[in-house]
Order: sequence, then C-alpha cells, then structure tokens
Amino acid sequence: MTTLEASAKTLSLTKFMAGDFKSDLKPIWCPGCGDFGVVTAITRALANIGRAPHEIAFVSGIGCSSRIPGYTTAYGFNTVHGRSLPIAQGIKLANPELLVLVASGDGDGFSIGGGHVAHAVRRNIDITYIVMDNQIYGLTKGQLSPTSSRGRKTVTSSFGSIEDPVNPLLYVMGYGASYVAQGTPADMTGLAKIIEEGIRFPGFAFINVQSPCVTYGMEDQQLKAHKTNMQSLESIGHDPSDRAKATELAREYGTKLYTGVLYRNPNPPSTYGQGVIERHDALKKSAVPRHEILNRFKPSN
Amino acid sequence: MSQTLSEKPIVPAVVTETATGERKGLTKKEIAADHPTWCPGCGDFSVLALYFKLIEKRKLWHEKITTISGIGCSSRFPYFVQAHGAHFIHGRALPFASGVSLSRPDLHVFAFSGDGDAFSIGGNHFTHTARKNIKMTLVVMDNQVYGLTKKQTSPTSPLGFKSKTDIWGAVDYPINPAKQAISVGASFVARTSATNPNHVLAMMEAAMDHDGFSFVHCLSECVEFYDGAFDAANPRKGGVFNEVPKTHDVTDEFAAYKLASADFPGNFGVLYKVNKPTKNAREAEINASFQSKFTGQKDWQILQKTFDRMK
Amino acid sequence: MSNATEAVSSSGGAQKVSRINEVVIRIAGNSQDGIQAIGGFLARLAGRSEQEVMTFMTIPSTISGGPSIFQVRVGSGEVLTAGDDADVLLCFYQHSYEGHINSLKKKGIVLYDSDHVVPKEEWLSDYHHVGIPISSLTVEAIGGTAKDKGKNIYSLGLIARMFDLNVPKLEKLLGERFGGKDVSILNNALAAFHAGYANSPSNVVETFQITDSQKKDGHQVVMNGNEAIGYGLIAAGVRFGAGYPITPWTDIMELLRRELPKYGGSFIQCEDEIASVSMALGASYAGRVAVTGSSGPGISLKTEAIGWAVMAEMPLIVINVQRGGPSTGMPTNIEQSDLNIAINGGHGDAPRVVLAPANVEDCFYMAIEAVNIARKYNTPVFFLTDQGIATRIEAFTEPNLEKVCQDISPDLTPVASHKPYDLAAKDGVTPHVKPGTRILDGKYPIATGLEHDEYGHPSGSPKVHMLQNAKRRKKLQALGATLPLPKIYGPSEGNILLVGWGSTEGPIREAVDRFRAAGDSVSAIHLRHVNPLPNGLENIFSGFNHVFVVEMNDEGLYGIGQLGTILRARYADAKIQGINKTDGLTWKVKEIVELVKAKAGK
Repeated sequence: MTTLEASAKTLSLTKFMAGDFKSDLKPIWCPGCGDFGVVTAITRALANIGRAPHEIAFVSGIGCSSRIPGYTTAYGFNTVHGRSLPIAQGIKLANPELLVLVASGDGDGFSIGGGHVAHAVRRNIDITYIVMDNQIYGLTKGQLSPTSSRGRKTVTSSFGSIEDPVNPLLYVMGYGASYVAQGTPADMTGLAKIIEEGIRFPGFAFINVQSPCVTYGMEDQQLKAHKTNMQSLESIGHDPSDRAKATELAREYGTKLYTGVLYRNPNPPSTYGQGVIERHDALKKSAVPRHEILNRFKPSN
Repeated sequence: MSQTLSEKPIVPAVVTETATGERKGLTKKEIAADHPTWCPGCGDFSVLALYFKLIEKRKLWHEKITTISGIGCSSRFPYFVQAHGAHFIHGRALPFASGVSLSRPDLHVFAFSGDGDAFSIGGNHFTHTARKNIKMTLVVMDNQVYGLTKKQTSPTSPLGFKSKTDIWGAVDYPINPAKQAISVGASFVARTSATNPNHVLAMMEAAMDHDGFSFVHCLSECVEFYDGAFDAANPRKGGVFNEVPKTHDVTDEFAAYKLASADFPGNFGVLYKVNKPTKNAREAEINASFQSKFTGQKDWQILQKTFDRMK
Repeated sequence: MSNATEAVSSSGGAQKVSRINEVVIRIAGNSQDGIQAIGGFLARLAGRSEQEVMTFMTIPSTISGGPSIFQVRVGSGEVLTAGDDADVLLCFYQHSYEGHINSLKKKGIVLYDSDHVVPKEEWLSDYHHVGIPISSLTVEAIGGTAKDKGKNIYSLGLIARMFDLNVPKLEKLLGERFGGKDVSILNNALAAFHAGYANSPSNVVETFQITDSQKKDGHQVVMNGNEAIGYGLIAAGVRFGAGYPITPWTDIMELLRRELPKYGGSFIQCEDEIASVSMALGASYAGRVAVTGSSGPGISLKTEAIGWAVMAEMPLIVINVQRGGPSTGMPTNIEQSDLNIAINGGHGDAPRVVLAPANVEDCFYMAIEAVNIARKYNTPVFFLTDQGIATRIEAFTEPNLEKVCQDISPDLTPVASHKPYDLAAKDGVTPHVKPGTRILDGKYPIATGLEHDEYGHPSGSPKVHMLQNAKRRKKLQALGATLPLPKIYGPSEGNILLVGWGSTEGPIREAVDRFRAAGDSVSAIHLRHVNPLPNGLENIFSGFNHVFVVEMNDEGLYGIGQLGTILRARYADAKIQGINKTDGLTWKVKEIVELVKAKAGK
C-alpha cells in the first residue's frame, strides 16, 4: 500500500465533489483557453481521489498555465519560472503524506525548467506533473516555445521557426519515466481519468495536456480540431506496458494526437521516498541520542 | 559595411599562407600548454592526448581551434591546449560554445565537459543545443562521479554507488547519455572509452566531420574516486569492448535508441548519425534572404529606411 | 489644456475654436480595445507635426483583456512628462469612467461611450460630460460582423475633429498601419475614422487647435524607449544577441530578432536566461560584442555569468528593463529597484559599468555609448531602463545615421604576442584578442573565471588575486575620470538640489520648474552614468543646503534609497536624503513637490 492510499484511508472520511476543489478566483485566461478545461479535469480527478483540499499541495512555475493553483482549492504555491519541479520534490520529501500536483507549461517545463525534468524523472518522487502544452509563450504574448513546430511563425520567428521542437513524450520516455500519458480538454472524461490515474500511480507521473492557446495558437491546434483529430490509444489497441511500442508512438508527437496512457511501467520501480524511508530505518539502529551528539567532539573521546 | 555572418566568413591573412603551404602542421609540443592537473592515471589524459593527435593529424592551426569548457576536472581541458579557449561557468559550456559557433562560421568549436557539468547542472542546455543542431563537437568525459569536489553522486552514477552524498549507495536512477541525446534530437551520437585510444580518435574525427551538433560520450575513469568503474568495457581488465554491429543502420533512430538502451557496457561506436540542416545554416539562409533585399546598401542606409517609417 | 491663447471663429461659424499650447488626453478601456493604438497614432502624428509628445501607458498582466490606459501629452513647448492630470478623458466602460475621473482636471472634458457608461450625478457639475454611443456608431459605420472592433479608430476620428488634427497625415498613418494584403481592413479603419470625424457632438461647443512649435530643427522620429535601444544597438554595430521572453524586455528581443538579419546578424531565443547570457558571452568572446537582456527575475539568473564576464574581462551589454520586484513582483509596473543588483549583483568583488538613459532619445545614443565602453574597457555594461521609458513614446530629432552608425567587426590581424590580463597595462585596460587571431609567439590566451595570471592560466597566488582585483577596479576608475559632470538644471547654488537617475528626468525637471515659478530655490541634476559615477559631484552638492535623491524604489532600512545610499557612502554627507516611492506608477510632478516640501520642513 502506498503512503497515499494509506493516508487516504485514514484522513479522508468525507466524499468530495469537483466543485469543492474550485476556487472563487476568476481566471485571467482568455475566453476559450484550453486551461479552463484542465482545471475542471483536475478537480474531477481530485474528487474521485477523495483527499481533502488541505492534504493537497499544488505547485506551479510562471506562465499562463502556472496560474492554475489559484483557481483550485488546495495549498497553492506559485513559484519561480521553471522551478516548480524542484520545489514540489522538496514538498513531497518533507511531507510524504501530501498529495503533490505540479502544473507547468511548455515554456516553463521544457525550456527554462527543462533541466529539472530529467532529474525529477530519474529521482522518481511520487508527484504528478501536468504540463499544459500549447506550443507557444502566451503570457509574454506569442513567442516561439520549445514545442512550437518547425516553420511556425511567431513574434520571435517572423520568418518561421528554424528549430526542431522538443518532443515532450519521447523526452520523458528517454529519461526513463514510468507513467507517461497525454490528454486534451477536448476529451474531458479521458483527461480527468489519466490525471486521476497519474495521481494514483506510485512514482513520478507525467501528463502532457494539449491545451490550446486561443489567442496565439494555430487553428489546427484548437479544441475543435482536437475533437476530430484525437485518437485514443485504447482504441488502437495499444498496450501501455509495452515500452518499445510506447516509444514508437511517442515519436508521432506533433503529427498525431494520441490520448490516454502511453506508458505505464507494470512493475513500478521503488520511489525516492521509499529509499529515504529505508535509509532512515537503517540509520535508526546506529542513531546517537541528540544530547550525546556533541560528546563526539570532546577531547576526552 | 560590417562583415556579415552569412556570406562573408572571416578569413585572416594567415590562411592564405596556409594555402601556399608555408605553415607546417603543429607538433604536439606546440599544442601542449600547461601540464594537466589531473591525478595520475585519470582517463582524461588519454582524451587530451588524442585531441592533440586530432589537431596534428588534421593540420588544424592554433587560431582555428576554440576549446570551450564549463567546470569540473575534465573542464580544465582548455588550459592544457595551446590555442584560443575559454573556461566558462559550471554547466554552461554549450550555450557559450553556441555563441561562438553561431557568430563565427570560420571556427570549429570543441566543447569538453563531464557528466555533472553536462547532464546535471547543464542538462537542459544539452537538450536545446542538440535539438537546435548547432554546429560543434561535444565530448563528455563521463566518470560517473563528481571528482573535482571529491566524490559525490553524479547523474550517471549507477544505483547503489556509494559516495559522500549517498554513503548508503545511490538511490537515483542514472541517466543514459546516448539514449538521452537521441531522444532530444542530436544528429550525431557516438560512444567510446578512453581506454581505447584509436577508437576515441576515430570518434572525435567522425564527430568533427559531422555538420551539426556532434556528441561523443567517452567513458573516462576516475582512478581516485571511482576506480574500476569501466572494467567491464576494458578487455585488459577482463571486460569486453563490443563495437557497434556492422549491420547497424546509423540513420535508423529507433534502432539507435534500442542499441543505446542496452545494459552496460553495451556497444561502442557511432550509434546515430543523420544529416539535417544546422541552426547555423538556417540562420544564414534567413540572413541571405533578408540581405538580398538590401544589396549594395550600407548598414546606415538600411537603418535609415526603418527610421523613415517612424517620422 | 493650459494657456488657451486666443479664440478664433471656425469656418462653420457655430463653434468656438481655441488655440492651445498643449493637451493631455487619457484613454481608458480594456487592453484588447486597441487603446494603445489610438495613443500611438496621436503620438506619431505629433511627431510628424514637429510637436513635442510624451506618452504613458499601463497594461494589465493578463494575457488579453483587463483594464488598460494610455495617456498622451502633445504640446508645442517642451514636454517633459506625460502630464499629471488630463484635459480630456475618453472612457469606454463604467470601470474606466469611475476609475479615471480623478485623473481629469476640474472642468475637463469626459468623452464616454454611452452604450456602456452611465454618468454619475455628482460628477456632472465638475466635469464637462459628452456621451456618444461609440460602440453602436462603430458597428453602424463598419457594418457586418465586426461587432465593436474598430471603436478605437472611431474615437480617433472624434479626437481628430475636436483638436482639428491633420486628417491627411492621420489617413497616411492608418494606411501604414493597416495597409496590407486585405484591403478591407484598411477600408474598415478609414470608414470608422471618418464616421468618428463626421460625428458632430452637439454638446461639444469648443474645438481646439494646438499651436505649431517654433523651434524644432530637423526632422523628428517617434518611437518608444525599447525601440530606441534596439536601433541604438544596431547603429552601434551590435550583430549578435540572445535572450528569453520576459515582460517588459521582450519587445527589444523581438525587434532584434526581426531586424538583425538585415544586417547579417542574429538574435537567438534561448532555452533560459542562463543560456542566453552564456551565448551572448560566447559571441562576445568570439569577437562580436553581444547583447542580452531581461527584466526582474531573469536578471537574477544571469548574475553568475556576469561575474564571469567581469573576471574574464569580456565585453557584454546587459539590458535590464526594470519592473517591480522582488521575485515575480509587479511585471508591468515601474520601479527603479535593480540599481543594487546592477552594481553589485553576484558574489565577489565584481566591478562593472552601469548606465541609465534619461529619456527615449538617450536610449538610442547611450546604447551606442554602452557598446563603446564595453569594447574599450572589456567589461559588462548594465543598461538600466524601466517600464516607464520602455513603452513611452517620444519624438526626438532624427539622428544622423551615416555619422553615428559604426562597424565593429572583429579585427583578426595577427599579433606578435598577447597577455590578456597584462598587469602592466595602462589603467588596467587590456585588449581582447579574439579566436581566429594568430599569435606569432605561439602562446594563446584562455578566457577564464578562475583567478589567473597574465596569460589567463589559473593562479592561487594571494598577490596575483590582489593585483588582478586592482586591475579590474582601476579600469573602471579610469572610465569614471573621463565621464562628464551632469549639467545642473537651474542655478548652481541654492537651497535644494534634486538628484535623479533613469526615467524620472521629466517629472523632476517639471517639479523644479514649478518650485522656481513659486519662488523656491530648487535645482536638479540627473545621473546617466551610475557606476562609475563621474568625479566632482561633491562640488555640485556643496552649493546646496539639501540634496534629495528622487528614486522609484524603497527607502530601505536606513531611509535613503538605493542611489542615495551610494552617494552617502561616497560623500559621507548627511544632507543627502532620499525621496522614494514604490507604487509602480511614474512620478507625478505634484508628488515630488509635496515630498520635497515635507522633507525640507516647509
């Protein structure tokens, strides 16, 4: 039983509704922004999980999507640009009982914060990382992002992007992630489901959400297009435990919009938190009582 | 009129001299600078010696070589090479080298780094320099430990590795550099080991000749803090040095990825190599298309056109 | 709308036409209404009419939408600030009406969109209310499915009529802005404009004419501070830059990305702030003095690499468009609180140059100066502006580009020998020999962040560290000795001297004017070179009883602000005091006047 399940049993006696996790703040997002749907999906997933708002820490960086903790009811932490993952890992390690969610965007997550992804994945701390990938810098008004496609025209690539984008799915697979999923607000039920499953997954869970930017996004990236283009992995008979197949499908990021769980390690490796607990247990045996610590430095010894 | 990045590479007078054959190739003595500060037996000596050999063999001139590094044992590299070089800050050798590469098409840029510098503090730059395909050669001397700071766990330290920061053994899963390089879009990925000099030289040469971001992952043992780390890849220590199978198609990304994923020691050689336009070439294209509209005009006249619109 | 000089009868005969020297118009709405566009058109028109102009805007930090204002002051005399209070308030919504009526002068004109605004009874007597159904009239004028998009241009037409603005020139400006592939866009704009112009609000009894300026020499160009910096860098010969998106620095990055290719240069958008400063340093090292820049937290991230540039003695331009801090702070507000990080940011003793342009024109010329200082002294140069100057549109005399544009391509002529950190160099200034340069004695330099000997090879010698520290310090002292003293605005002796830096020059000077008009003995100086400071300021200070340093930052633990603290430290003079505020808005002249009075005990 994971710590999460254990504490869910002991702490949460009440049933929650999605509405319990919404806040009164009015989002500053543009009308029609995909992130509205992500809030809904997250709150639905949280209602199903059943943990009380005070047991949840919701961490984000900087960007449009990073405003999201403000629009949910939980302990929110709007941190600095690109650094949500290290901060979230600190939270989880300091208090393993908390359910830790991290929200980010493609710029926050893969550009300025890209260096932290590899290390969060390999450290495998039990947190859920939700990236709202809109392929553009929205808050700063429309610059090229690391997931913008080649040829994309933006204010910093008026002649069309000349860079290959980062492939978030492949990139996270390459680092060895154990839970990799993709969703879109165009399929709210599916999105809520993969978020819920990610939260339940023991270890680092990565969820890439194709969340359209209505103001700076391209037409074929809007929810309407998603509705026709998306293809659920389940419907094509993908087995999420097949790592090789998952890698192959991940390579189609940018050309195909697969939704659902791409990869779920059937034998989840132990988490960093478990390692820490084991270490603590092992050390306890040789622990020196606090009042005796200084004795080691006395000349008589 | 200023020299442009796109169409007029800077050609100093000495090159003409080279063309007429007046300058002889450099000798090892001329290329060597300070005596390395590495511990006796360090794998990095071998990489340095082979870099000298590369310079000798390919008749590169002092002024055409720029050796750039970050911080770490291996990053002391530029001090030992008698050529232009920069010893930059921790983890940032790649963006610095990108600045040199993108502004000076006449230079070949070599960056040397270690596993901590390249994959931990500088890991993000590795991703973005690779995907942008900025022309340069990166050699990472991977010893799977922080040596300069005296034995802490590095991002490539295997599980269970005992260091000063993991006295009970490392609990973090390590990075597989070649696999990571392929998944972030590097266009040349090779793996070699400092214990096999001919192979290192061959990989560095192939990397140098690759038009794009070329990455050489070189196992380089730290005798002080991680002795015997790579014995399994060293035939003299009872290991095996398996080269990449002849049948491997280096342009097959998926096959390369699978090959890179094999358990240690895996295979050595060029795992992946594809030709795709470099950022350098793309930027030059943009410049050429813009500049074609202003042929024959001085810079101030181009700026004047812009100012005329703001009157 | 000061100084209505004469009244003439208009051609129509019915309405009164007043000739005025200047007018302050505030436009309030939401950011997607395009109110910056109206302001921009008015500012550019004023520039083309050789009038002085100054603007001020606030933008919300939402992605799109949210309240936003634009204030423009157009005058035929010298315009120093965007004006404290407006003569005309144009408001689109109830919230814009209620939120900004206080910024309108008593008896000023409030033009409101009667489709959205219901005037308040209690304000009717204080302000001249003119209600026009702007939204519905715009829809009527353009027709189709345009909704009320275009009401900004309709309003521009209204204003053009009220102030008898030059219609052909405005039409030309509209053509430049909207002329493109789709002709219908320009046609719609012109339709909206003419409908606005033709609307004759029966209750506007007056129209106005702004008198032509007498003294303007040469042509004027109109641009904002961010543009002036971008073009200044291009004129200075900068052909490489690297950056990361952050408000309000982003505009400069976008401009350079777009413009540099024309000159054979490149601007690279990097994965993060650290990569961008590193890449710029790589290019500088390679011989192309490069620019990076940022705002707020982005500057914090760059400090390690800037320390390297000091140690390695590498030229670099760092643009810092300051915003409210610390941390994410107030991204779209004005603050001058980055002086400390610019001068001292990072670890160790790391002297570097800090410049602060005083106005938009200064942004252009000081960008060139910054590049030349960086090249000559091989040092990073911080260029401090703020939101107040970045988005402010001003008109200034067109620079002689043929004269100011310079070529700074790297010189790769072989040299006999080279010591990059030569301790015997005069004033500690050593040249940077770029890679690609052959050094005939075969000894090549290493650029390094480790303390080093004269060739750049690591040295742990205590003596070397002291000597190299002195070298890095001495070259900046040498620069300080060449800097001109600031001109004193007002008499060189008196009771109070105001000291400012950066974007506050306009309001400080207007405050001085207001004091002097009332018979008070107040003068001002403005520091544009902040680190090193020019020598001899003590001689200026000695002519006054009080020295008040006016800054938009917190007074700090000791009550004297950031520049104030530096001046205190250098001159150990207790008469140096701070006048500070951190409300995120530009100084109003009356605020300075009141705080000075309070501080001076009058």
